[in-house]
Amino acid sequence: MSNLVKGHTGEWEVVIGLEVHAQVISKAKLFSGAATDFGAEPNTQVSTVDAAFPGMLPVLNRFCVEQAVKTGLGLDAQINLQSVFDRKNYFYSDLPAGYQISQFSRPIVGKGKIVLDMPDGTAREVGITRLHLEQDAGKSLHDQHPSKTYVDLNRAGVALMEIVSEPDLRTAEEAGAYLRKLRAILRYLGTCDANMEEGNMRCDCNVSVRKPGGALGTRCEIKNVNSIRFVMQAIDYEARRQIGVIEEGGKIVQETRLFDSGKGVTRSMRSKEESHDYRYFPDPDLLPVTLDPAWLAKLKADLPELPDAKKARFMRDYKLSAYDAGLLVGERENAAFFETVAKGRDPKLASNWVTVELFGALNKLGKTIAESPVSANGLGELIDLIADGTLSGRLAKDVFAEMIASGKAARAIVSEKGLKQVTDTGAIETAIDAVLAKGPDKVADYRGGKEKLLAYFVGQVMKATQGKANPALVNELLKKKLAG
Amino acid sequence: MSLIGLTIGQARDRLVRKEFTARELATIYIKAMEAARPLKAYLVETPERTLAAAEQSDARLQKGNGLPLDGIPVAVKDLFCTEGVETTAASKILAGFVPPYESTVTANLWRNGALMLGKVNLDELAMGSATITSARGPTENPWRRRGDNRPLVPGGSSGGSAAAVAARAALAATGTDTGGSIRQPASFCGIVGLKPTYGRCSRWGIVAFASSLDQAGPMTRDVRDAAIMLQAMAGHDPKDATSAPVPVPNFEAAVGQSIKGMRIGIPKEYRLDGMPKEIEALWQRGIEWVKAAGATTVDISLKMTQYALATYYIIAPAEASSNLARYDGVRFGLRVPGETLDAMYENTRGQGFGAEVRRRVLIGTYVLSAGYYDAYYLKAQKVRALIARDFDDAFKHCDAMLTPTAPSAAFAIGEKMDDPIAMYLNDVFTVPVNLAGLPGISVPAGLSADGLPLGLQVIGKAFDEETVLRVGAVLEDAAKFDAMPAFVAGAA
Repeated sequence: MSNLVKGHTGEWEVVIGLEVHAQVISKAKLFSGAATDFGAEPNTQVSTVDAAFPGMLPVLNRFCVEQAVKTGLGLDAQINLQSVFDRKNYFYSDLPAGYQISQFSRPIVGKGKIVLDMPDGTAREVGITRLHLEQDAGKSLHDQHPSKTYVDLNRAGVALMEIVSEPDLRTAEEAGAYLRKLRAILRYLGTCDANMEEGNMRCDCNVSVRKPGGALGTRCEIKNVNSIRFVMQAIDYEARRQIGVIEEGGKIVQETRLFDSGKGVTRSMRSKEESHDYRYFPDPDLLPVTLDPAWLAKLKADLPELPDAKKARFMRDYKLSAYDAGLLVGERENAAFFETVAKGRDPKLASNWVTVELFGALNKLGKTIAESPVSANGLGELIDLIADGTLSGRLAKDVFAEMIASGKAARAIVSEKGLKQVTDTGAIETAIDAVLAKGPDKVADYRGGKEKLLAYFVGQVMKATQGKANPALVNELLKKKLAG
Repeated sequence: MSLIGLTIGQARDRLVRKEFTARELATIYIKAMEAARPLKAYLVETPERTLAAAEQSDARLQKGNGLPLDGIPVAVKDLFCTEGVETTAASKILAGFVPPYESTVTANLWRNGALMLGKVNLDELAMGSATITSARGPTENPWRRRGDNRPLVPGGSSGGSAAAVAARAALAATGTDTGGSIRQPASFCGIVGLKPTYGRCSRWGIVAFASSLDQAGPMTRDVRDAAIMLQAMAGHDPKDATSAPVPVPNFEAAVGQSIKGMRIGIPKEYRLDGMPKEIEALWQRGIEWVKAAGATTVDISLKMTQYALATYYIIAPAEASSNLARYDGVRFGLRVPGETLDAMYENTRGQGFGAEVRRRVLIGTYVLSAGYYDAYYLKAQKVRALIARDFDDAFKHCDAMLTPTAPSAAFAIGEKMDDPIAMYLNDVFTVPVNLAGLPGISVPAGLSADGLPLGLQVIGKAFDEETVLRVGAVLEDAAKFDAMPAFVAGAA
């Protein structure tokens, strides 16, 4: 697959870097004790610290630091034992202090990496430049009143991790894969819900284009794109736009752009000249953050198994394909579900049932694995019924459909509906005799060389037994009788 | 002696002995506060609150379980947020602001039984050295030059505190000191002012000027009172990340202890060219007093002193420009409407802040700007570290230092006002102490030729307020400063 985009003047390389703002899972805000619950009534989760009242001071929430460090470890990154909080100064009505407390020159986490699993089975390593902690701003509501702006400070002061990638991404697909992988890591670690639609993970995209091997082009930043699909659309549009501008003899100006998801286009928001001078300086209200190496070592030791390690283990221990293993480890809950199903059973069968039947059914229902009507043990029971010959593969699918619909256990459905597979050769032979007696001409054709008719006879026998006959036995006995 | 002439130490002992009640003392001070109105020291008077608290003090004192400051009426610099009592920091920008919380330091005072008389004047947002930048107008110094009735400044920024204590309109007051704002007005008004080590008192609930320099402290009639007040004000506060988690020693026990064998450093760089002879002479007297008390003096060098003021006037405005960004008209205080959000900001901040505050916000914004940051702010931080190292090195050779507090006595309202640099020079001896985060005390030590009080400063090692108080008390004993200001409220 080529990573290059064709223009009138030849091929172009697209260079992409992503800045993700991930909201830290924490009961309290980064510098105050106020709650962080999503969807609360406006201005009900605001302390005098968040509202920047006179004389109020920030006190660092150590749990948020732990969450950031955990995330850094999950990104295989350098953890800085000393980091500093800085003030980023600008005026806006939803920024109560007139500055955001962030980390500028000395972030808590330095260089790391993320490995992308591309659809063609290849792996791509993408560099992480840094991760730093900062406060979120409040929300300005411009549509509540004809001339006034309303401000909701519930979100003001909530902890965010800004995770910055190196400009290592080359296609929208890679950007999508990066965000999916980052999301999986954050969720495995329990440090961010990473739900872009709910806004607890937001993405800014830096995009530039250049002739392959040439110097980096001027970049544009697309702010606050709120789904992976939109990120991919925005990058594709922006790359095309920049190529168009350059090929028509124009120049790219460094600017901040917005993505209009309705029209699928990016639009200029402000140029570099209009951008703020943030006047960063170390926040004198806060001491530098110093981490204890022993604490860090313990945190590292207690880190959960992450997607890459889990995938490797699934491939090694369960002999799954890279594709299936990749599917299963995408969400920690899916992987755990699979492992329960696979325990003491054929792992390939378990993987097929989870990735094909279960994921398919949940997809149709629009449900997550946590909401699945069929439990892992329930699915295991169904697979046991296949293994012991009680159910044929076909019957099992019917039973599964019933399990999904009613939530009943596999054994209960089997006994209720009398779905037990018929393996009694006498009964099957009786059914075969009846089928063959009904169609003597077809029997003659078969015996005359039209061996393809075997499938027809199998179908007729299965129909006569309401699908309960063991298909392998039917095949075997039919062949014997027709030969006879 | 009338009750108004008592120190905290004396009043406390006599309250315990039930020679008079907290209510009686409070009533006398409420009258004194009213009598002192011509000085314009108080911005808000809270007599009902004073009396209600006095009743509670009396109830405890009657039962014999009085608190350390029970019945002691104090004035609060209007930079401390006081729950339910308007707090403006003498700025229009905070007009009408009534905090829903009490600063840690004042809460500590009330918890120890002290009574609040009211809120006192200061330079707007603590920016100034004369209490003339207050949006509520200047406070007058109760002292007058001999044979000259022109009103003088009380110093600043804690000028209201100093004037109230000097005029006997408060038994003590809280102050804050960012570059000299406790010590210089104490010197100008003939009282004791103690700036503790940075981190000794919580900054929580104090309207911030320059966060890395601001420190609350007591302003009192004598050194023992400063120790008693600091005891109640100090302590680690988990709500202030820069407050030090260190134990609070018994400060009062240090007062009266001998300084025999102590080494007192005399920094040669504090001998300024053109310094008034009488300041020089005062300093010399101080040196003789500590020698007479059994200490030795050591010549020391603080090489970076000449850069201290310039450093301070970069760092303090830089922090202030950011700290003051919250006064934007959106959530509290003044709002002057405008067509757009930016216009509202400009109108509100343009009209809400006075000239000196605007000047410092501009300086601070400039020194933090892209392209200037390295040359100004970053360089200033480096010099600040060197100034702190100067003190560290010097303290290897001495236990405390002795210097003048200010290069002059109080000046008249109207003098020095057109030249901000001349005004900034007031803080030349006090600013280095803030930059290094050290404790310092100003003790009244004599009178100028025209009869105005002059103070001597004792500087100590970090968290060694005990030595500062010990040396301060020795100076106090030797100086026998008993001159009274021209205006004494209690006598009226």
